[in-house]
Formats: sequence, C-alpha cells, structure tokens
Amino acid sequence: MSVLLEARGLWLPRGRHWTLNVPHLQVQEGEILTLLGPNGAGKSTLVAVLAGLLPPRRGELRFRGRVVDFRRNLDYRRRIAVVLQRPVLFRGTVWANVEMGLRFRGVPPAVRREKVQRWLQRLGLGELAQRPARRLSGGQAQRVALARALVLDPDLLFLDEPFQALDAPTRRDLLLELRDLLQAEGRTAVYVTHDLTEGLALAHRVAVMVEGRIRQIGPPEAILYRPVDLQVARLVGMENVLPCRVQAKERQLAFVEACGCRCTALAAEDVTPGAPAYLGLRPEALMLTLEEPQAGTSARNRFPARVRRIWPQGALMRVQVQTESGCTLWASVTYLAAQELGLDEGQRVWVVFKASAAWVFREGEGSRLSAVGSPQ
Amino acid sequence: MRRLWFLLLALVLVGCTAGQKPKPPIILATTTSTYDSGLLDALLPEFERETGYKVKVVAVGTGQALRMGREGNADVLLTHAPEAEKPLVEEGWVVDYQYVMYNDFVLVGPEDDPADVRQAKDVVEAMQRIARAGAPFVSRGDDSGTHKRERALWKAAGIDPQGQPWYMESGQGMGATLRIASEKDAYTLTDRGTYLALQDTLNLVILFEGDPRLRNIYHIMRVNPEKWPHVNVEGSRALVAFFLKPETQQRIATFGVDRFGRPLFYPALEQVREVEPSPSP
Amino acid sequence: METLWRGLVEALYLLLSLDPTVWRIALRTLAISGSATVLSALLGIPLGIWLVLGRVPARRFWLTLTHTGMALPPVVVGLMVALLLWRTGPLGFLEWIYTPTAMVIAQTILATPMVAGVMVSGLQALGQEARWQLLGLGASGFQAAWVLVQQARGALLAAVMAGFGTAVSEVGASLMVGGNLKGYTRVLTTAVVLETRRGNFARALALGFILLGLAFWVNAMLTVLQQREADPDS
Repeated sequence: MSVLLEARGLWLPRGRHWTLNVPHLQVQEGEILTLLGPNGAGKSTLVAVLAGLLPPRRGELRFRGRVVDFRRNLDYRRRIAVVLQRPVLFRGTVWANVEMGLRFRGVPPAVRREKVQRWLQRLGLGELAQRPARRLSGGQAQRVALARALVLDPDLLFLDEPFQALDAPTRRDLLLELRDLLQAEGRTAVYVTHDLTEGLALAHRVAVMVEGRIRQIGPPEAILYRPVDLQVARLVGMENVLPCRVQAKERQLAFVEACGCRCTALAAEDVTPGAPAYLGLRPEALMLTLEEPQAGTSARNRFPARVRRIWPQGALMRVQVQTESGCTLWASVTYLAAQELGLDEGQRVWVVFKASAAWVFREGEGSRLSAVGSPQ
Repeated sequence: MRRLWFLLLALVLVGCTAGQKPKPPIILATTTSTYDSGLLDALLPEFERETGYKVKVVAVGTGQALRMGREGNADVLLTHAPEAEKPLVEEGWVVDYQYVMYNDFVLVGPEDDPADVRQAKDVVEAMQRIARAGAPFVSRGDDSGTHKRERALWKAAGIDPQGQPWYMESGQGMGATLRIASEKDAYTLTDRGTYLALQDTLNLVILFEGDPRLRNIYHIMRVNPEKWPHVNVEGSRALVAFFLKPETQQRIATFGVDRFGRPLFYPALEQVREVEPSPSP
Repeated sequence: METLWRGLVEALYLLLSLDPTVWRIALRTLAISGSATVLSALLGIPLGIWLVLGRVPARRFWLTLTHTGMALPPVVVGLMVALLLWRTGPLGFLEWIYTPTAMVIAQTILATPMVAGVMVSGLQALGQEARWQLLGLGASGFQAAWVLVQQARGALLAAVMAGFGTAVSEVGASLMVGGNLKGYTRVLTTAVVLETRRGNFARALALGFILLGLAFWVNAMLTVLQQREADPDS
C-alpha cells in the first residue's frame, strides 16, 4: 500500500477554545479512514484543510508525494471530491447537480451524459433526473450529493458526516450502500462521523479526534479494545475504567490490582510496574455467573459482586453490579442469558473476564477528567 | 435604549420650559432673507428678554409663509411681497398690517457683462438687454418675493422669458440660486443682503442697482384671531409692537454696517435712518 | 387632513390630465435615478461579490466600511461632489455641476454601497458551506463565484431595488449638485421641496404620491422578476 495523502504539522487556531494541531497523518491508497470524535472536535476543520478548502496557518500537504499549495490547488481539488454534512444542492434539476463537477472540469457533453446516467442509475435516482433538486427528501438529496461526488471518479473522497441529518433506517441503508460502492471500486475515502457504530461500519482505520488533535489512530479493534487514554476509552464505549496498580509486567501482560482483585490483562507499552494506571473493561467483556468459576479456566479474573440494577435494552440487558470492594461495573448480557441465570436485583454473582479482553493503560492526556466507574 | 432616549428628550423638554410662568411661544413665518442675513438673530433675543416670549422662526419662501398665515399655522408673518400680501389683508386673514423696513434688489452677473447691463438707463432696459443678448439668467422660480418682483420686471419689459433657452429656474433659495448663477456665468436678481453676505464666494458683481422699481418692502402682520382662534394674540401683538418701536428700528438701521460698511435693511421710521440708501427711493 | 385629501385628488388629476410638466419630471426622475441605479449595480454587484468571495485583505474592515456606506448622508455626498465639480474645484473643467450628469454621479455614490451591502448579505446567507461544496467538486474560484451569484439571483434583484430606492428618494445631494433647474435637473423629490416652499402643499403632496407610485411600480416589476427567479423549478 502506498501513501496517497500525507499531512505534516497542520496547525490552525479555531475560535478561543481549541486549535487544530495534527503533526502527522497519512491516508493510504485504497483505505477508508474514519475520523471519529465528539461534536466540535475539529473533524470538519481537518477535512476542509485536507481537501484544500481551508488554508492552515502552518503545515504541509502532499498528494502522491507532491506538495499541495493551499491557495492555488485547483489541480488537487480536481482529483478529489467532497460530500458535506448537509447535501448542498443547487438550483436546477437533479441531473444538473450531478453534472456540475464534470462541467467544471470541461468534460465533453457526450461523456458527461453517459457518466451521469450511469451514476444516477447506480444510486437509484434514474426516475428523479429531471426533478428540481431542492424539492427532494433528505435521503434522496444525500444520494444526489453522493452521485455528484462519485461521478467524478475521485482518487480521494471526503465524506463529512454525510448521513447525520437522516433518520435511522435511511441512514443504515445508505451506509450499507456506500460501503458496497466504496469497496467495489477499492476507493480511498476519509469518512467523518461522531457515531461509533457508523464509523466502524466502514473503516479500515480509525483516527480518534478530541479538541483539535488526533489522540489515537489504528484499526477498529485497537480503538475498541485498546484506547490510549480516558477520553478515547469513553468515546469508544469502554464504560468500565478502574484505577489500578501495576504489580508486574511480562511482555504484553500486566498483573494489576484493581478493586481488590488481582487481575491479568493486556497492557499498553508504556505501562510500567509500580506506576498508577487504569484497567479498562468493555461491558460485553464481562460475564456473570452464579457459581464461583473453577480455577484453571481461561477466565482467570473474577470479582465477587452483587447485582444493583437491571436495565433491559432490547435484546440486551445492562446490569449494574457492585463488587465487594465497592466498585461499580456495567455488564452487558443477552436477554436470554439473563433469564437463564434468573438475575435479580440484590443477587450475588461472580463477574468474570478474560485477560485478552481487559486493557491496562496509563494516564493519558485525557486523565484530568474524572475516571469512569471509579470506586464509590 | 429607545426608552432611555425618550426619557432624555423629555427631560430636556421639561428643562427648557421650566420657567416661572411659561408663556406660549410665538411662531414667526418669514422669508429666508431676514433669517439668513442674521437680522432676526440680532433682534429677537432682545424681544425674548423683554417679554419672556419664545419666538420660533420658520424661515421659508414667501409663498409658503403666506400660506402658513392663511392656514393658521403661524402667529406673525414678516414678508416682502406686497402684491401677494394684499389679498390676505383684504380677505381678513391677517390684521395689523404694518410697513417695517425695506432694502433693495440688485442685478448681478459675470464681471465681463456680456449683455452690457451696465449701460442700461433703467432696470426695464437692463432686463431687455439680457433678453436681447440671450445671456443666461437664473430665476428663483419659487414664488418667493424676489421671484415675484423679477416676474413683474419682465412684464414691465414686455418679455415672456418662460421657455427661453437662456432662462433657468432654480426653484431654490437665494443663496443656492446665486451659486448656480455664479457657476453658469449667468445674471440673476437678488436682494442686496444675501448677495453681500455671500459675495466672497461668488464670481458675480453688481451690474445694475438704484432703480425705484428695485425697492424691496417688508411688512409685518398678525394672523387674524377671529379666523384662527388658537393664535397667540398677546404674543403676536407684542412682537409687532416690538418691530415698530424706535429702538428696534434703530437697530435695523445699523444692522450689518460693521460687516459690510452699509446697512442691509432701512427702517420704515425715517428719523432713525442714519445712512440713506445710495439711490434715493 | 384636508390638505392630504386634496393632495391625493390633485395627484390623480395631474396624472389623468397628462400634465406635461409633471410627466416630464417623472420621466426625468426615472432616467436620472435609473442611470444611477444601473451604474451603481455595475459597480456595487461586483464589489459585493468580491468582498464575500474574493481574496480580500482585511475583509472585515471593508465590510464595515460598506455597511457604513449604506448610511451615507446625502447632503454630505452632495457637498463633496459639488466641491469637486464647482468651477473652482479640481473637476470644474468638466462643467458638470448643475447638470443631470452631476446628479447621476451623486446618486451613484449613494446607491453603490447599498447595492454592494445587500449583495454581501445575500451571498453570505448562502454560507461557507455552499462555497466549500463547489470548490470541493473542483470548481475554480471563478466557476464557484459564478454558481453562487446564480444562486443569489434573488439577492441580486433585491440589491438593484435597494439601489433604485436610495437613488430615487434622495433629495439633499440632487438639490446641491443638480440645482433643481426647471426642465433640466428638476426631479420629483426636488420638485416636492420647491412646491412646499411655494406653499403649494397639495401639489407637493401630489408629486410625492407620484414618486411613491413610481417607486412602487419599479419595485413591483422587479419583484415579479424576483418571484419568478425564486421559484426552485426554474
């Protein structure tokens, strides 16, 4: 895989509270990179800078190794395409809107006609070609915006929360369609979202952005199971984060003490014995049993606890338990499993988890925030 | 914010009228010449001090001033168009019609005098010369006293200037009309006072003066309270009396002498005239 | 009240009797203010586009200046134009003072910031998003500006209307640089001033009503155009 787009030292103050600060970022040829972050994290600003729409105060952008001028970059902008949060459709027909970028590039009419026709069909817009673009429903409008970008056959596609304004079913359908379209052609794309599910549905790699900085970048499983700090942990749904003390470390494994339990867990590289750290556990990684598990099973880690609250969420049950040492944990079990166990509030249970599903990390940049699920 | 402004305004208004016994103000409708020349500013403070009345001067064209009188929108009129004033007196719209003062009109024009107006025996001939030469002439064209006089002179000269290519109507006050005449190298008829006041900024010189037909007579009059009961009777009586008393007439006779070397107006009361106008009327 | 009523009646009479003086004044008003509107549109529309879409150093300063220009006092403009055009002034040799040309110049100066300001608001209403979208589809700066101006066609007409309104309703500058010369530079507003000074209140009011009618007619025409443009089907 070769590097398609590379940014270095991007720096742009925005407003009073944060500054875009991206020392290094690469987009590989053929990958879908998701920018994940809360609202106001600077994702859209980063995309605008990467797409050559917004010049940063400092920094350098290279496309296929060649430097992109931030002011005169028409050549670069004609290799890419941008789809924004709101489908900005212009006065005129659906056809005219989809044709727009081709016209900018001076593509001959015959070629234009053929391409527009093809992409309208692929996105199921054939019937709507002559309709005024501004009278479409939200889903249709976003399809037009996608067709308008894809018809350009861009080397790099920027999608800035394209489905945010849509209702959930429309969003799910379009997302699947988009994934198929992108994967079928091995297209390179940067996809921005604040929604974890949506971001992971498409991504080869995920970059987590908070307050103008990229905190972590990696494949989805790394982001989900091995967050680098508290803020990232919270963003990716790692709900149980317990302060712990590292007693020993052996290659990737750390032996820690947390809430009265001696546990084994995967550990980040910078974790060292004796130093304070956090033990992170996703709710799905926790299993509940009524009997004390036998020693020797793979699940070496266990807490004696009591069920405090049960909160049904569709086919899943969210169960809040309190360990004997006073820590509160959230577990996710299936509705069926909960029924089989006969879970009830006040009941005594064992919380069990595998070492490979537990993650020890150091206080990161986000550690000034109070820890999630701290002892009560 | 707006409310604050209203409050401030109200305070100012209250402050202004917070005298011991507020007397109703007098509205004096007059021509621009009396006001622009500064005469009223020289006279009225004295009156206000003596009587405690406040005078609101509305300086407009004679046409509008007379109209204000006829419609009861003024208490006292001070104008200089006897012909136009006559019907008001006869129909009883105004009373106490008094001759206050006079000054004179002069013909001004470019220094080189293309129509040879300087050679004219009288003002009628001067007008005829302008018409014959087709020299540009700017008329006030606003029904003011000056405009009325100018029309009377054309009539006496047997000329109808309307529609002639050399005849322009400014429809503006004397100052603006003089400015236009100066820019266009044109002749115009002006009252002496306004011309003297603006002389320095104009490329115009006096080319003809002194004809008795150029005399400009000012009358003062009160709006008839029988027609318009709301007029300020006491105040308007006091104001008319003020203009006619010897001390005021004396002041009129000396007004402007310090600035222009000669008076701008001559009082009606002959014994207080210190300087006779250059042409004996 | 009575004067108002008589003014209305006289306005109708003046119009229906096809009084040639009044019609000529109305037509002259249309010609002078119309020329000023066209000129201010030619200057103000590109200026507005440039202020929003161009690479403008100190953009905020220029925008503030434009918005201040929308409140230019006519008499100040009149005075400055007069000082330039008087024979003693630097442009006196043109002999434009007290001509319709001088009035067109003064009205253009007054109307241009108005046109530019309305254009600026119209384009700004489209938002940064629309511009980014166009650039992100590979539009050159010029192509993007062209599409955006087409999108803001409504604002364009509103700008022209605002310019005409400013030009036609202004009296201070016209009086100072035009001179209100009968049959030459007398327009509806200056005629209203004159008739008021003459004490012909009804006639003044009648001319005022004709001015209102003229402004209404021009704006109605432009509004019809704008409505047609505003239809997304077109």
